[in-house]
Amino acid sequence: MPLLDVRNLTMHYVTKMGDVHAVDDVTFAIEHGEAIGLVGESGCGKTSIALTLLRLLPDNAKFLGGQVLFEGVDLTRLPEGEMRRIRWRGISMIFQAAMNSLNPVYRVGDQIIEAMQTHMNVSYAQARRRVAELFDLVGLAPELMDRYPHEYSGGMKQRAVIAMALACDPKLVIADEPTTALDVIVQDRILRRIDEVRKQLNMAMMYISHDIAVIAEVAQRIGVMYAGNLVEFGDTLTIFQRPAHPYTIALMSAFPSLKGEKRKLQGLPGEPPDLLRPPSGCRFHPRCAFATQVCTAQMPPYEEIEPDHFVACWHPQPRRS
Amino acid sequence: MSPLVSVESLTKLFPVKRRVFALRVRQYVHAVDGVSFSVEEGEIFGLAGESGCGKTTTGKLLVKLLEPTAGRIALEGQDITSIRRGEAMRTFRRKVQMIFQDPYESLNPRFTVFDTIAEPLLIQGVRSLAEREALVAEILAQVGLTPPETFMFRYPHELSGGQRQRVAIARAMVIRPKFVVADEPTSMLDVSIRAGVMDLLLGLRQELGVSYLYITHDLAVARYMCDRLAVMYLGKIVEVGPTEEVLQNPLHPYTQALIAAVPVPDPTYKREPPEIKGDVVAPINPPPQCRFLPRCPKAQEICQRSPHPPLVDRQGHWVACYLA
Repeated sequence: MPLLDVRNLTMHYVTKMGDVHAVDDVTFAIEHGEAIGLVGESGCGKTSIALTLLRLLPDNAKFLGGQVLFEGVDLTRLPEGEMRRIRWRGISMIFQAAMNSLNPVYRVGDQIIEAMQTHMNVSYAQARRRVAELFDLVGLAPELMDRYPHEYSGGMKQRAVIAMALACDPKLVIADEPTTALDVIVQDRILRRIDEVRKQLNMAMMYISHDIAVIAEVAQRIGVMYAGNLVEFGDTLTIFQRPAHPYTIALMSAFPSLKGEKRKLQGLPGEPPDLLRPPSGCRFHPRCAFATQVCTAQMPPYEEIEPDHFVACWHPQPRRS
Repeated sequence: MSPLVSVESLTKLFPVKRRVFALRVRQYVHAVDGVSFSVEEGEIFGLAGESGCGKTTTGKLLVKLLEPTAGRIALEGQDITSIRRGEAMRTFRRKVQMIFQDPYESLNPRFTVFDTIAEPLLIQGVRSLAEREALVAEILAQVGLTPPETFMFRYPHELSGGQRQRVAIARAMVIRPKFVVADEPTSMLDVSIRAGVMDLLLGLRQELGVSYLYITHDLAVARYMCDRLAVMYLGKIVEVGPTEEVLQNPLHPYTQALIAAVPVPDPTYKREPPEIKGDVVAPINPPPQCRFLPRCPKAQEICQRSPHPPLVDRQGHWVACYLA
């Protein structure tokens, strides 16, 4: 049984102008101790998936169906009291720009201790010892726990937020753009540290990022999202060597690279669709070079085209040499 | 022939606010510290480095949004360091423009696309409305916002991020400047849109013969855009040369670390961690030695007892390091 089994997840935001189709019929699974990555551009629904899993959605969100099986229990049907026990201890999350969410008037250590005491039955002294361990784990000097956020650099704050996400020994950590605001050298250190911790604690990770290079380095399996749909999912090597969805292929050739031959970039024509009125059929068809009649009429099924490689496309592309 | 833009020992110090009574010890952030380079006509000169290295400050000094503490800037051989206002400034602005990072903040939300792009024309004395309309329509077509009539009277909130940045580019280009400072013009844009905007900037260089100072933190973007590349660390240029040469054969330990830290979009490639110690510190009254010394994995005794190394020419590839 996978650790997390997401089936046909669908969630819309209700606005004055109509429903925003943020997450539509998304299915994937995460195994114990595995790192997966969700890539896609802004507004494609990556963060909305995470918020739906954790049931942290804003009031205008409308859950429309699907299952989120965490260790076999459907989180979508859990009473709020039990859901609260899942958050932090079962699944925790490192939010985007979380380093700016530390409270400036409390010592950093105390903020983590507060979270621990809310969710676990531990004494202050026990919690303090645990924070010292966690700081050590993420590469911060334990003395820093008695300092205030303004005394931290951006990278240090991000490490503290990661320590906080690990405080209650979660089985799955969702990291939403954990290093996007940071410089590359700090990003490199933090991603390496998270990966070490993940292996050490046998934690599962779900990375969310717009940067396919970051995902290539940290994730064992990759899901590619476009306009609220999961369009391709599979082993990282497979996705890079045999991308089958035209959007995945386009995403990869739109990225400039430091290594290899300098090549002309292929941007995509047009813009991502307005999810108030998503295109008919396949949502990618207005920008797709391979689109035909069927693509405009019908949503393609999400199918396994080879073992553990799923694609939602009427014209999956064959292996390129 | 003199280069289009040349910068000599450019320095910008920002005073650090101290407590009211501690007036005596003045402390300064050395944001840009003795930077020299030149940009040739039609060239794209890149400035790369991490946040706080002084690349944006350098850009703002070049468009005269900031006054330098010391140093000299020349445009087409003429010293423009001390011009402040009046006709000289207007002439300068006709030749030098800037594109900012965030098209959500750089466009006035109450201006239509036409108002935004026509404003520099009005300032530069294009009095006839018909003429302004014609010029705005022409530049809109050139930046790929076609047909121009459908974009002219829209407001920024009716445009996507990529379209907004194209408007910002049109605003900078409409008076046909010779030199444009582009500060991270694509870093706020989505990947699928970014390539189009980068190609647009490359195309405009060809069509209009404009030169850029291209500021970016992303070395892969620098590789795609720039003819020559300078890497900055804490207010100093540590290495400069032809882009491909700097990126494929970096000589400075900082450039080497920076390149080594860039994630590689190839899951079969095992990237080693970059060789660098510690964290960036703010350059407040920095010690006289090499700025990179506290973080350098290769530092030797000579680095301890010498001042910050000068840029030394290695066949057109310059590096500021005693050991390189």
